[in-house]
Amino acid sequence: MASHGSGVLDPARVKQAEAEGIYPPALVRGRDDFASLTETVCRVSEAKRPPREWYLIFGCALALLGCLGVMIIHLITKGVGVWGNNQPVAWAWPIVNFVFWVGIGHAGTLISAILFLLRQGWRTAINRFAEAMTIFAVICAGMFPAIHVGRIWVIYWVFPIPNQMSMWPNFRSPLLWDVFAVSTYFSVSLLFWYMGMVPDLATLRDRAVTRARRFWYGLFSLGWNGSNRQWHRYERAYLILAALATPLVLSVHSVVSFDFAVSQLPGWHSTIFPPYFVAGAIFSGFAMVLSLAIPARTLFGFKDIITERHVELMCKVIMATGMMVGYAYAMEFFMAWYSGNAYEGFTFINRATGPYWWAYWIMVSCNVISPQIFWWKKARTNMLLVFIVSIFVNIGMWFERFVIVVTSLNRDFLPSSWHYFSPTWVDVLTLAGSFGLFFTFFMLFCRWLPQVAIAEIKNITPAAHGGAH
Amino acid sequence: MSGNNDRIWGVMAEFESVDQILHAAREVRKAGFTKWDCHTPFPVHGLDDAMEVRPTRLPWVILLMGAIGVGSAQLMQHWMNGVDYAFNISGKPLISWPSSIPVTFEMMVLFAAFTAFFAMWIANDLPRWFHPLLRKPRFARATNDRFFVSIEARDPQFDAQRTADFLRGLHAASVETVEMPQEKAALPSFIKRSIVVVTCAALVPPAMIYNARHEPSARPPINLVPDMDDQAKFRPQGETSLFADNRMSRSPVAGTVARGELREDSAYWTGMIGERFVDKVPASVNVTPALLDRGQQRYGIYCAPCHDYSGKGEGTVNQAAIALAEVGKAAWTKPASLHDERIRLQVTDGELFNTITKGKNTMPGYAAQIGAEDRWAIVLYVRALQLRQQPAGR
Repeated sequence: MASHGSGVLDPARVKQAEAEGIYPPALVRGRDDFASLTETVCRVSEAKRPPREWYLIFGCALALLGCLGVMIIHLITKGVGVWGNNQPVAWAWPIVNFVFWVGIGHAGTLISAILFLLRQGWRTAINRFAEAMTIFAVICAGMFPAIHVGRIWVIYWVFPIPNQMSMWPNFRSPLLWDVFAVSTYFSVSLLFWYMGMVPDLATLRDRAVTRARRFWYGLFSLGWNGSNRQWHRYERAYLILAALATPLVLSVHSVVSFDFAVSQLPGWHSTIFPPYFVAGAIFSGFAMVLSLAIPARTLFGFKDIITERHVELMCKVIMATGMMVGYAYAMEFFMAWYSGNAYEGFTFINRATGPYWWAYWIMVSCNVISPQIFWWKKARTNMLLVFIVSIFVNIGMWFERFVIVVTSLNRDFLPSSWHYFSPTWVDVLTLAGSFGLFFTFFMLFCRWLPQVAIAEIKNITPAAHGGAH
Repeated sequence: MSGNNDRIWGVMAEFESVDQILHAAREVRKAGFTKWDCHTPFPVHGLDDAMEVRPTRLPWVILLMGAIGVGSAQLMQHWMNGVDYAFNISGKPLISWPSSIPVTFEMMVLFAAFTAFFAMWIANDLPRWFHPLLRKPRFARATNDRFFVSIEARDPQFDAQRTADFLRGLHAASVETVEMPQEKAALPSFIKRSIVVVTCAALVPPAMIYNARHEPSARPPINLVPDMDDQAKFRPQGETSLFADNRMSRSPVAGTVARGELREDSAYWTGMIGERFVDKVPASVNVTPALLDRGQQRYGIYCAPCHDYSGKGEGTVNQAAIALAEVGKAAWTKPASLHDERIRLQVTDGELFNTITKGKNTMPGYAAQIGAEDRWAIVLYVRALQLRQQPAGR
């Protein structure tokens, strides 16, 4: 069976591979031999012009990015008073947005690393996508605590840098752990993403027809020539990076949850927070991947690479993590009752029936109820429905963080301090602007970089597994 | 070896499928070549075994660096918060491990991940700006859909003709000789130039800082982060157009006295009655041995630096000021000896009190530092000092 041309799919081979479990059906579909896989992915960035929709989204994103810039300048020149934050709700939208974005940023590394270690072949179609999403989401996330400190020009105080005050940061503070966790996560995700992309950048370099493309892709592909001796070390390093990134993902969101759990505020001071936050992060991250991948597979013609099977698998992950999150919501109530602590009890009753009851029930309906539709296969394969549910989950997860941050703070121990938090227009435009930041990066990525891991996806086609047994 | 091998880098052979490259790799290895490689668009399963690639030692390097990350994180946290800038947090021990775990874990991952990334590229001899294979148009498919074997000319078994024939015998789709070009592709000159320019530009701020730290300047310091260092506020003796008299400081309302400032006993508060200094310590001062001790202690703090402990005017400030005056860096009038006949006999207690209060010559007034009761205590102590210096019987 050694005479296979250039690896065109042969139905007999597919059957054999399926029987051996190497190649589950519908991960790569159609006439996807190596050359046409390369062609499918590369032609997006090689096209003279991107699709018209790209310009539309990019234009909107750019406008929102400009809005973000103006809001940040406004904030820095006027001070944090331009936001709705005030005692007792001193942590409001900025921290809600931080946790929201950092949660989204977790699916990328999870899909890349954990599913890689679990040898889930289906990850290859979406991992590049998800990793890019991670990088940009973490950039958006990191921005919020940075501007939330108020005096942004002394933000370097959070790092252990020798300074004129001869002071060091307090390493017993979860907020400092957060600095280390989020910056480590960002740098490691960036390395992981870039390293995975180098062979694909080499592919783009070798197909380049203009001098500029040859130069830039040549520069960033580092002279990769597919040498197997290099692949050997590359694969080992990639495996180790994945093994490092897996506990890292879990640690980062646990540390984010410590920001709350280590405090003594009813509603925050809870040991369930680390696993609950991690499940929520995976939940929201997968939802965001779906919200991005479903339009992209149509827009850029990846229907044969990101197949319905991928979407279905992700729907199952969403349903599972959605139920974990629902369990955590219920368990919080149970613990508030079981602890016998009057303040804890009040906080949770207040969450569901107090002034922010509407936020609580938006959260529950979006996160717990809406994914239940994925019990039905018809729903999991209906792209429009999946897209709508994924948007619901994104909204629900934003509200989850809103509920945790704001409802716990707005009823202080002293009733005289009680305060109903309302955002200002600056809060709203800053959040909208962070989406601009995210989509500007994301659209540039879609246009210029390989959106699918070409080398990896070739590896899961049957032709990649020699037939000469 | 043929004589013109020096222009040749090696040969490359193209194969069409995974099976073919696995077969070819086994054959090339069996033939005993050492300087050779396979080039594939994706990592081909089984190729490492076929080529007998030795397992990389990369994991050990990464493990080592991960351990160094753990060690550095522990040292950093305990030194910074326990030693160099001790943080007392709720009375917990200054050096204790539980709260250091999250940062230690992150640093371990950070060190190990950076090592995995950079050590891998270094071990792979990348990045490279140039490789002879990348000059071959056909080789472009190595990152697309074809599989290549390359054998380098520096392999001891290499012979341009024979090696090419050998590869053809392995059912290669094509076999080509790879030349070593005269001119290697180099980094484009604009990049080199920009690197030079950026490096030079990056050196300017540190150079300016270095210069600023070593050159005195009359100008006010540059304050990058002014925070609230400069505030609009009224200072004593300042000028303002807000009030008719243009003064920032306001006087008390006419006919009023501030709390504690009535001071009717002028002998006690000023050492004067009318225009005359009082001769003796006023009766309102309760003279006790404790007050004399207090005077000795206050004298040691405020007076001895110039007047010295014996009152002769040889204090350390005086000595230092004389040394400076000798090289022309200060103007100095030596303080009077308290045992001077004039001070001993002619200066009354009231005048002595007045001198401490308002100062004289180079001596500043001490009213702001020393309260009235303490000033009288010092007067008493000075009198005691003077008596001690006199021959017995006087």
